[in-house]
Amino acid sequence: MEEKIHTSIQYERELQDIKETLLYEGALVEHAIHRAMRSLLERDSDLARTVIAEDEKINALDEKIESACIRLLALRQPAARDLRFITTTIKVNGHLERMGDLAVNIANRALELNEVPPVKPYIDLPRMADLTREMVRESLDALVREDRDLAVAVRKKDEIVDNLNEQIFRELLTFMLEDSKTIHRALLITQISKSLERISDHAEGIAKMVIYMITGKIVRHRDPGEAI
Amino acid sequence: MQNNNVIETKNVNFYYGDFKALTDVTMPFQRNRVTALIGPSGCGKSTLLRLINRMNELIAGTRVEGEIIFDGKNIYAPEIDPVEVRRRIGMVFQKPNPFPKSIFNNITYGPRLSGTNGKAALEALVEHSLRQASLWDEVKDILHQSAMMLSGGQQQRLCIARALAMKPEVLLMDEPTSALDPISTAKIEELIEELKKEYSIIIVTHNMQQAARISDFTGFFYIGKLIEYNLTEKIFTTPAVKQTEDYITGRFG
Repeated sequence: MEEKIHTSIQYERELQDIKETLLYEGALVEHAIHRAMRSLLERDSDLARTVIAEDEKINALDEKIESACIRLLALRQPAARDLRFITTTIKVNGHLERMGDLAVNIANRALELNEVPPVKPYIDLPRMADLTREMVRESLDALVREDRDLAVAVRKKDEIVDNLNEQIFRELLTFMLEDSKTIHRALLITQISKSLERISDHAEGIAKMVIYMITGKIVRHRDPGEAI
Repeated sequence: MQNNNVIETKNVNFYYGDFKALTDVTMPFQRNRVTALIGPSGCGKSTLLRLINRMNELIAGTRVEGEIIFDGKNIYAPEIDPVEVRRRIGMVFQKPNPFPKSIFNNITYGPRLSGTNGKAALEALVEHSLRQASLWDEVKDILHQSAMMLSGGQQQRLCIARALAMKPEVLLMDEPTSALDPISTAKIEELIEELKKEYSIIIVTHNMQQAARISDFTGFFYIGKLIEYNLTEKIFTTPAVKQTEDYITGRFG
């Protein structure tokens, strides 16, 4: 069904601008996560520093989006789907900004790890990173396409990431018990794993808001399997 | 669910000559609640409001089908006296329309016609009605001056007081604040909130934010049909029908 546009072209444009800026922020965040992980896996400290420096851009977009949403609430008094879109955007924006900070955390840990020999080859961590990025991308796709099923699917993936995080921790624990010289490095890696796990939580948070935006139901404290 | 309806329309059709202004409107109006009727111009919302106190039949060539049940009876049944209907279902119009008389006489005009007499009784009625309309403090010292010297917002509250003096059960309001400034509007809205404790209110408004602010239930009309009726909160956050959504979000035409 063709969507009608607002009779006020200016209002329509303001909503579109907010949506486009949010998606641009999402793209930057996804890119930051990807590059932070690459800086670790390829031991590329210059790339890690770029990720840290470019978080400024994400922060600037965060402020820009929040201001635009507040302005629109004050001046346009959005209702129904527009209201749900704006409230969703405010929360999604917060999730994205935090994800950007977590990518910076990963880059900072990478800078430290790149200075020392590896504890072991990374196996589960790249898997976890891929899965997390997939969740970020799909949660944003669900937002753009207003796809409730995809949002529900994203929520279900969070558990896999949680399990990988625990698995990585257990594995590193055996290294630390065997050789105390690995403790510092192993702890840095668990922090990276924890950051990825937190990113996937934020992606799940976005998915929950997408479900709210589409259905009007707040599912934040419900299991992903529960009927909406 | 307990039936708490003060009025119910059942399959109401209404014609201005050959033109069908309302089609099959069935909707409840709950007691001690504010129900807002919204929709674009010509959608039939004011027509429905006027039908509820039998105002439309004053226009020649009109015809009603269906029933409007009030107090268990169809107000269009032949044995019903329209004057009695209008006493029990009061109306306030878009533009304040006080009589060119004193404030006091504006209030007492109706009650006198329907038999209330005696200075003390009338004085008590005037004070009570003006207090209910939140106008007493502003006019208590000038009751015998002309109502025409009041501001627009005060005149509108006087018209509300005048309607209340007839001790109605339902108050119909047809865009009661569209001719008023924001402060007067806020006062009337505040008043509506207060009045619903004692009266059931049905309001037609073009101001959707006003409907959202003051009503408990909202009916959205389009081309003579009731498209959606629900709790106001529901209508303004997650309407069920796309036409409603398009209208309240400003996607017109």
